[in-house]
Amino acid sequence: MVQDVLLNSLFAALQAVTMFALSPLIIGIIRKVKAWFQSRKGSSIWQPYYDLAKLLRKDSTMSKDASWISRATPYIAIASVGVVALMVPFFTTYSLGFVGDLIVVVYLLALFRFFMVLAGMDAGSTFGGMGSSREMMVSSIVEPTMLLAIFTMALITGTTTLSSISYSLAVTGPDLVRPALFLALAAFFISLLAENARVPVDNPATHLELTMIHEGMLLEYSGKQLALMEWASWTKFLLFSAILANVFFPWGIATDLSALGMAVGVIAIIAKVLVIALAVALIESGTSKMRLFRLPNLLTESFTLALLAVMSFYIL
Amino acid sequence: MMVSSMGVQSLGREMVGMYSQSLFQALIIILLIGAACAAILHKHAKLSRSVACSAVFISASAGAWLAIDVILNGPVQLGVSLATFFGDWTVSLDQIGGYFLLMVCMIMACVAVYSLGYLKEYDGKYDAGLMGGLLCLFFLSLVLVISSNNIIFFLISWELMSVLSFLLVMYEGRKEGVAPAGLLYLIMTHVGTAFITVSFLLMANYTGSYAFSDIAAGWASIPMDVRSVCFVFLLIGFGTKAGMVPVHIWLPAAHPAAPSNISALMSGVMVKMALIMMVRSFFLYLGPVQTWWGLAILLIGSISALVGVLNALKETDIKSTLAYSTVENMGIIFIGLGASLIFDSYGLTAFAALALIATLFHALNHAVFKALLFLGAGSVLHATHTRNMEAMGGLAKRMPYTSAAVLIGLLSMAAIPPLGGFVSEWLLFQSLLLSANIPDILIKIIIPVSIALLALTGALAATMAVRFFGTVFLARPRSERAEDAHESPRSMLIGMGFLAIMCFVLGLASFAILPYIDNVSASVLGVSITSQLVDGIFVSPISSDFSTMAPLLIAVLAIGILGLTWGMVRMYGGKQVVRETDTWDCGTPLGPRNEYTGTAFSSPLVRIFSPIYRSQTEIRTEFTASPYVKKRITYGLRFTDIFEKYFYRPLVRFITAVSKRLAVIQTGSIQAYLAYIFIMLLLLLVIFR
Repeated sequence: MVQDVLLNSLFAALQAVTMFALSPLIIGIIRKVKAWFQSRKGSSIWQPYYDLAKLLRKDSTMSKDASWISRATPYIAIASVGVVALMVPFFTTYSLGFVGDLIVVVYLLALFRFFMVLAGMDAGSTFGGMGSSREMMVSSIVEPTMLLAIFTMALITGTTTLSSISYSLAVTGPDLVRPALFLALAAFFISLLAENARVPVDNPATHLELTMIHEGMLLEYSGKQLALMEWASWTKFLLFSAILANVFFPWGIATDLSALGMAVGVIAIIAKVLVIALAVALIESGTSKMRLFRLPNLLTESFTLALLAVMSFYIL
Repeated sequence: MMVSSMGVQSLGREMVGMYSQSLFQALIIILLIGAACAAILHKHAKLSRSVACSAVFISASAGAWLAIDVILNGPVQLGVSLATFFGDWTVSLDQIGGYFLLMVCMIMACVAVYSLGYLKEYDGKYDAGLMGGLLCLFFLSLVLVISSNNIIFFLISWELMSVLSFLLVMYEGRKEGVAPAGLLYLIMTHVGTAFITVSFLLMANYTGSYAFSDIAAGWASIPMDVRSVCFVFLLIGFGTKAGMVPVHIWLPAAHPAAPSNISALMSGVMVKMALIMMVRSFFLYLGPVQTWWGLAILLIGSISALVGVLNALKETDIKSTLAYSTVENMGIIFIGLGASLIFDSYGLTAFAALALIATLFHALNHAVFKALLFLGAGSVLHATHTRNMEAMGGLAKRMPYTSAAVLIGLLSMAAIPPLGGFVSEWLLFQSLLLSANIPDILIKIIIPVSIALLALTGALAATMAVRFFGTVFLARPRSERAEDAHESPRSMLIGMGFLAIMCFVLGLASFAILPYIDNVSASVLGVSITSQLVDGIFVSPISSDFSTMAPLLIAVLAIGILGLTWGMVRMYGGKQVVRETDTWDCGTPLGPRNEYTGTAFSSPLVRIFSPIYRSQTEIRTEFTASPYVKKRITYGLRFTDIFEKYFYRPLVRFITAVSKRLAVIQTGSIQAYLAYIFIMLLLLLVIFR
């Protein structure tokens, strides 16, 4: 028992560190792919690391209207994403899933968002308020969608612990595949795009002030605080990719301690995350950002998909 | 269900009873003395206030002690019974009563401390003795509602509670809008009481006794249809008090109209009195639970939750926002109660226990955070003298402690881990997810919809919380009043501080608290699930294979990572140097009018949910002589309340029309009225010979 807990904690910490370490690279790769599509050379895939390294050494400026919320938010962001990273299976199903299940994961990400949105409103700038308001509009629909999509998988596997969902799917194989899985998958993928401020919901590359959502909230940040906020957001993207990969297609993930299994697990997750990153880059290159008030259509569609997924599990 | 009446009947703890009796008598006597002294000393505002608040605080401590004893050791008989025409009037406390008494006493104690500072505001304007006296008596009526054991005695206590709370709502009667709100409350609460009275009298009629314990034992003599009628009437009656949609309309009007300390009591505690009576009636008094009862409550709860949170999002009055959020949270509580009834009707008692525990725990959490938020709103009101959030802003710097306390309350309300509100909502989600094995197609459709609505409500509640905090406490002050705001006096901060700490304790120590709530639920359902619910510091829903969670560990991990990050950033990047500058303003100086307001913040959501909001925008532009130069733009936003428009308006029209018809017999001559009385008497004599 104690050994189990230790083992799980060890791998959880290892996976969390890996995710934090890899997340800038994934963002760098997406940017590179997008650059190719735009016939540009693009910056190096290591550029996000250079940005972080530089920003972390810089001093910051802060609005004099801002309160302690702005100063505390970057650390709270890293802390909440960090705890989530301990609970999400990455290359192995050994993780701290028993400390918090998928509901905890979703609501810890809500903690991150809660403070980020407050920080956006803190300085009293119009852009910050605009970003905050829009972020809450998007997340009000996306959060339940995400919850329902993962609930579908929880109901199929009979557990709400993320690592156990991966484990039982990976061990049982395709027998557990139901139509609900695909509905939930589609809903979750839209949530992934929306929650991580990607096209068609938001444009991560924009600095055109009236279209910003995510960037609008971070507008007042600089230096170390900006670095932490960016890093937390990038890691959040990787976390979503990991959930998508390991909850819906966990095959390949390491379910035991054998060296071979671990190696396969590492390769499998890197391959899956790269595929997701490529898909995101393709979508961003191929589609344009939606007008803000056309977004609700897309988001409610994904919500309905998720609801249908849960319902089809109950009824079928 | 067979064992369910055991909680009410076994009242024989003689030894412990004695000492509980003294506590109970002390509670009542101190409150009565407090009320009397407060009234006598009403000329000396400060003295009167101190006496009343101390009386409430001391009684609350005695009550809490009594309640804890009951939760731990089982029900007690309190005081001698009073033989009346309607059977014996007794007071006794079962475990569920003890649980709610503890809730009442905890909130009361905090409100008493808070009121010491808060009520200073009213000196010279309103009578201090009146407030003190009413506060003591209101507390007393709550205790009697919880502990009365006889239908008639209960109805008197219930009416006492309603009237006293009405008087408290009307305390600032000279203020605009208070009187209509109070009147609406008075009407609605009496409509509710009428339904309760009819239902209870029906039950008494068939069982032949006015004692709740006899009804619980003799439910079998009530025919099935009558039980269903009783259920519907009780649901309407208690639902009115609980702010259930569509009989919620008085709540968002009356709760904000009361002084803030009273709003805290009404929203935090009084609505829960309806819950305790629903739990008792539906599980204990009405016999075996029917599935459709649960489904009805589940459905109404889901709708209440969504309607409540959507309305909370549109309000710009800080107290109305909180009142609508009470409607939402009561909806969430009803979802739990409905689920529990459904499970119970299928004989899945362990699942029913889980849902009931979630319900009771959420009731406690809601009491704590909502009382905290109303007290916080009172502090803001105290500092800015406005309830309009669009006139606030920048208060986090001016009221640091209040803002921190309110933030904690909002985090708990938004179900952010590891606070109390999250744990209860987590349990609720788990119990709904466990419903997958009920073999009824209707339930299979309704439960996923409830899950979806609960998830949607949770996300919207977070939006509402962010909007509340962001508009009231952050950015620059939007008015001079907000500019000059000041921190509240210490007594108010202590009252709020304790509740803020409780928000954390209820979450972090939930593993230690849940077994006691299980005790309470076991006294209703007869099944204890502690061994499956709690394992060390882990909480799990019945089966630990399904899921586990440890709020304490989550908090420890989060704080650990936070510290680690801070240390590493410090090591790598050196000392934090922060230069304070202006907010980025694109070159034009920013004024308070550049900030996002509460209305602006929720406007995208208002647009998405426009079919429910029925909002109409009106933009009027005045031009100068040239049509190219605008002089003034007026923006108006109006909401139509669909319940008011499609339910209450027609109802009122109907009642007015009928009254007009009936007015024919109202001739105004005294002879005619005497004749009516005589005819009525004759009729009654003929019918009930």
